[in-house]
Amino acid sequence: MSTATAAQPSTETSTAAAAAVSGPTRGLVEITKVRKSFGATEVLKGITLTVEPGGVAVIVGPSGSGKSTLLRTINHLEKVDGGHIAIDGTLVGYEVRGKRLHELREKEILKQRTGIGMVFQNFNLFPHLTALENVVEAPVVAQGRSKEEARRRGLELLDRVGLKDRAGAYPRQLSGGQQQRVAIARALALDPKILLFDEPTSALDPELVNEVLDVIRELAKSGTTLIIVTHEMGFARDVADTVVFMDEGQIVEQGSPQEIFTNPQEPRTRSFFSKVLEPAFNI
Amino acid sequence: MSSAVTKVTQPAESEAARQAPEPASTEPATTGPATTGNGQGTDGPSGATPGPRGPATDYSGYPLVAAKHPWRWVGTAAVALGVAAVAWSLATNPRWEWGVVAQWFTAQSVINGLLETLKLTAISGLLGFVLGFILALMRLSASPLLVSVSWTFSWIFRSTPLLVQMLLWYNLGYLYEKVSLGIPFTDVRFFEVQTTTLISQFAAAVLGLTLNQAAYSAEIIRGGILSVDQGQLEAAAALGIPAWRRSTRIVLPQAMRAILPTAFNEIIGLVKGTSIVYVLAYSELFYTVQVIYNRTQQVLPLLLVATLWYVVITSVLSVFQYYIERHYSKGAVRTLPLTPLQKARKFFATHAVAPNRARSHR
Repeated sequence: MSTATAAQPSTETSTAAAAAVSGPTRGLVEITKVRKSFGATEVLKGITLTVEPGGVAVIVGPSGSGKSTLLRTINHLEKVDGGHIAIDGTLVGYEVRGKRLHELREKEILKQRTGIGMVFQNFNLFPHLTALENVVEAPVVAQGRSKEEARRRGLELLDRVGLKDRAGAYPRQLSGGQQQRVAIARALALDPKILLFDEPTSALDPELVNEVLDVIRELAKSGTTLIIVTHEMGFARDVADTVVFMDEGQIVEQGSPQEIFTNPQEPRTRSFFSKVLEPAFNI
Repeated sequence: MSSAVTKVTQPAESEAARQAPEPASTEPATTGPATTGNGQGTDGPSGATPGPRGPATDYSGYPLVAAKHPWRWVGTAAVALGVAAVAWSLATNPRWEWGVVAQWFTAQSVINGLLETLKLTAISGLLGFVLGFILALMRLSASPLLVSVSWTFSWIFRSTPLLVQMLLWYNLGYLYEKVSLGIPFTDVRFFEVQTTTLISQFAAAVLGLTLNQAAYSAEIIRGGILSVDQGQLEAAAALGIPAWRRSTRIVLPQAMRAILPTAFNEIIGLVKGTSIVYVLAYSELFYTVQVIYNRTQQVLPLLLVATLWYVVITSVLSVFQYYIERHYSKGAVRTLPLTPLQKARKFFATHAVAPNRARSHR
């Protein structure tokens, strides 16, 4: 990926538009020793992970391994019990005062979240709003953009996910794949540095999976940092810079798709892939 | 099976394949003579080889006849008879005294009472639901103090009879001679007033009805909010939408679908519930009617006058309910059902068009 060099401040050649939105580093995610428990169960046992700006990290692992919880701590939907997460060097949800980490006020957390888009397994579109209204809502109320501008940008984004002609439809009038594409457009509307995908295709019928994956593939080329939890191994191999294998609240192994899928080092990784990677279909 | 699939191209043929799948593709020669009696296959493209069709017959040209429901007609007739009997007795029994009803129905004093009833309902209904909304949000908040205050409010006002609440508010002057605004536990007073001048009959009525209504509507609104999927709040929070906006723009419109039917029940109950303020000698509809029949002794006709007005109000509210519910079902159903008006239009449109269509077919 060439994004690592593009992120350096010295590259004057990059276009003005790109320079305006991207600072010296854009979308660097640093997760440090993050712990989280639900009651007596510790679901994250000290996770440390770095995702480079513009990188695509795919998190795989058995259900209950803490993948989704980890993803949700990145935009502070889930509070951590220990450790911290920083985006471009700024802590998420906390600030350092003295020798302590103080939780930020709601307003500041909401502001941080506008830089982090999230796409949910169950889409979570607002059913009483049309596709376009879903996309326009956050830029207007959370970023204070004008309605006209947000609308124009919303239509652009719906066009990008191939749904411009469905702008006036309510979510229940759309197929699952279409709903998820609207949800992606909604997340993109805030121009986030980072996009989080929480099993974006798990609730879809098999024939609708690809239309969503194709949109994510496009995004992977755009220079936005993507962190994706998925069970689609073929897609993971295709799109990831880094594949992270998690089990029982820990990162067991991480590396390039090549390393992880074809030559896993850890027995747990090997046993997991032997179950999920079926020999290719012969039709 | 693949050979059968390639042959089955017409609907009639697929019917044949479904009814006799085994012999269809395999034994054209043996079943050939047996099927000639049906004679249906001759106009299909495979008419040259009638053998493979098996015993299946093509009924696609037959007209369809709907099932008959004779008992439905019997039931309808019985109900119609019952309704006619009731209507007949209402119209012909002179003791209903319809003349008296008509005379008082639009009398000035009755209309004044009606306006008072509407005023009480509107004010205490509105204030009750606003307060109920706040109580519901308190109850759902993360603060244990707000939760317990809200819970205690509902507990007290739902367990006290409305009649007692009314009399208590009206007689507040007996418990506390003066009402004052100041700093507690000091002598500083910004404002002080005699309780009896502050609490009029109207104020007591509004206070009692509002607080009682708030306790009930808080629970209705809370139930509505709980019915909205948690994922909605999460998605809104992830998008950076502020808390108040999340409640009013995302959750409440969705909660309305669950809230509205019960809320209208409450409002309709409140319309008639206002009649309880007769204990304060407050001249709303019911009290006015009572005063009149105590004078004229025409008890039943005057109660009928009040009842008919309550029926009118409830009917109007039901129409409002229909259209408001329809508004909030936007997006919840794939296509909105037609309103009665649209249904009527469609009925007349199709019935006006039907003869034209029939003509064009001829």
